[in-house]
Amino acid sequence: MLGYILKRFVIMVVTILIIVTLTFILMHAIPGSPFNEERGTSEAVQANLQAHYHLDEPLYVQYLLYLKSIVTFDFGPSIKQPTSTVNDLLGRGFPISLELGLVSVIVAVISGILLGIIAALRHNGLIDYFAMTIAVLGISIPNFILATQLIQTFAVQLKILPAATWSSPQHMVLPVLALATGPMAIIARLTRSSMLEVLTQDYIKMARAKGLSPYKIVFKHALKNALMPVVTILGTLLAGILTGTFVLEKIFAIPGMGKYFVESINNRDYPVIMGTTVFYSAFLIIMLFLVDIAYGLLDPRIKLHKKEAE
Amino acid sequence: MEKILEVKDLEVTFKTYGGEVKAVRGVDFHLMKGETLAIVGESGCGKSVTSNSIMRLIPSPPGKIANGSIVYKGRDITNLSDKEMRKIRGVDISMIFQDPMTALNPTLTIGDQLTEGLKQHQNITSGEAKKQALEMMKLVGIPNPDERLKQYPHQFSGGMRQRMVIAMALICDPDLLIADEPTTALDVTIQAQILDLFGKIQERTGVSIILITHDLGVVAKIADRIAVMYAGKIIEVGSKREIFYDPKHPYTQGLLNSVPRLDIEEDNLIPIDGTPPDLFSPPQGCPFTARCPFAMEVCDKVYPAPSKLSSTHKVGCWLQDERAKHVSNIAGARQ
Repeated sequence: MLGYILKRFVIMVVTILIIVTLTFILMHAIPGSPFNEERGTSEAVQANLQAHYHLDEPLYVQYLLYLKSIVTFDFGPSIKQPTSTVNDLLGRGFPISLELGLVSVIVAVISGILLGIIAALRHNGLIDYFAMTIAVLGISIPNFILATQLIQTFAVQLKILPAATWSSPQHMVLPVLALATGPMAIIARLTRSSMLEVLTQDYIKMARAKGLSPYKIVFKHALKNALMPVVTILGTLLAGILTGTFVLEKIFAIPGMGKYFVESINNRDYPVIMGTTVFYSAFLIIMLFLVDIAYGLLDPRIKLHKKEAE
Repeated sequence: MEKILEVKDLEVTFKTYGGEVKAVRGVDFHLMKGETLAIVGESGCGKSVTSNSIMRLIPSPPGKIANGSIVYKGRDITNLSDKEMRKIRGVDISMIFQDPMTALNPTLTIGDQLTEGLKQHQNITSGEAKKQALEMMKLVGIPNPDERLKQYPHQFSGGMRQRMVIAMALICDPDLLIADEPTTALDVTIQAQILDLFGKIQERTGVSIILITHDLGVVAKIADRIAVMYAGKIIEVGSKREIFYDPKHPYTQGLLNSVPRLDIEEDNLIPIDGTPPDLFSPPQGCPFTARCPFAMEVCDKVYPAPSKLSSTHKVGCWLQDERAKHVSNIAGARQ
């Protein structure tokens, strides 16, 4: 197991290095610089600013400097908000984004699985059709459309929930709903179809022949097997929720990381772009790794480490 | 000896898009305590549906017991509630499935799957359940049961898995065991071991067995009585000796003839020509008429009433009618 984790760790580092390099190249390929807007300043001031942030050095020097800052995890100050370092911004934004993302993941997974189970157990019944209609809608409607519609309905017309910002549990309802619906729909459909398949297996019939209760048959015998494909796509869904937070934080004016990320690109705020990119990609890669571990825990036939299998 | 099970006029139908399939069409048989009854017949003749009906494991809908009664120890179980039925499954009537590779849940340990029946039906501590589980594993011949209990099905060989499936069926000490093709998925040497195990278990526990199979070799080894099924009906029933040495129904004879023999030199297998009837619209008369070398006009029109040839031997065939005596001596058509 330890060997496997070590191997995965090396792969993760290489992946992040590739992401960082690509981001660096793309970032500098975009025309413009952080100081475009400071028109009134003299050329000398501009040159000084450039020199201060090492923007006058050749690209490869900047690249090496940047790698150094990643290894030491010190991305320096933001160019646009010189009073904060990139780490400050991450420290401020990440807990909020994490809260939004985590609550959404939990809501999506639990409600998606429950909806899928109910639909499978009432196969071709009214509840099944109802659940699958919701699922199709959930998959088809992009989260930013859903978000604006939710604001329009619940905040503007019914006035029962706040439209934006992030300060109390009520503020969470709409963004979480907007963010969780898509993944929930995918999980529900997947759980339903894999549950239907599992329920026809011999071992389910055998469990019934043992006289077990329907509750035990579904939750002990069927669910664990039916969740296999769900866990597989969980990694992709996490990535979806992560990018979803960028857009939704903007719509709901939530001061999370996504907001800084989007703003930094508009402003060519190089340190913030790089900092958030590294952070996001590291986060996502670690999540995917955890999903793989969970897979091995769920199915004893999957061994992550070769020696164990022997 | 007392009757443990009596099935009377059982009819099972399945609703499909193409119409209603009459899978079992009025089946009668009984089972004595400690007896082994084999139900034989080709694929699709309704033998598995019959056995699943006794367990009430017919997927419903689309399947349903349309008529008849299944009396277990004096109680008709066809109209028990699901909850009452759950108390019978595993405890009174158990079932062994055909394919041990798919009958065990791959994500649960063997020990968990073995003891869960016990825990469901008896108020029992984990320690006591484990003790019984180890004993049961010893009975079915699993070496190192202590260690094996913690393993998963994929760590077991096919034969060992089938032993575990048998152990799971027997752990609550049932009175009736239904074995649905218990050896079909195993290779020949393992088959023999499993069959020996059945004998050993019956001797130890006195359990009655219904054996569903199409393998006449298996039947010859462990059955006391044999019921031959064709197109949803039992067409002949008798003791093992009666069926093997004095088969009366042309279909039974055809089945026995089609078994390859070591003692006779032959180049080809002897099949029964034709195919079984479509059970969407089963024929009015004897369903075997179209394939029967001795078919008469009446066969196609009226289903023959069973003729009693001895206290155990019954056959449903017009050849047994006294008006058809001149073709009655048809046994041993092969020579």
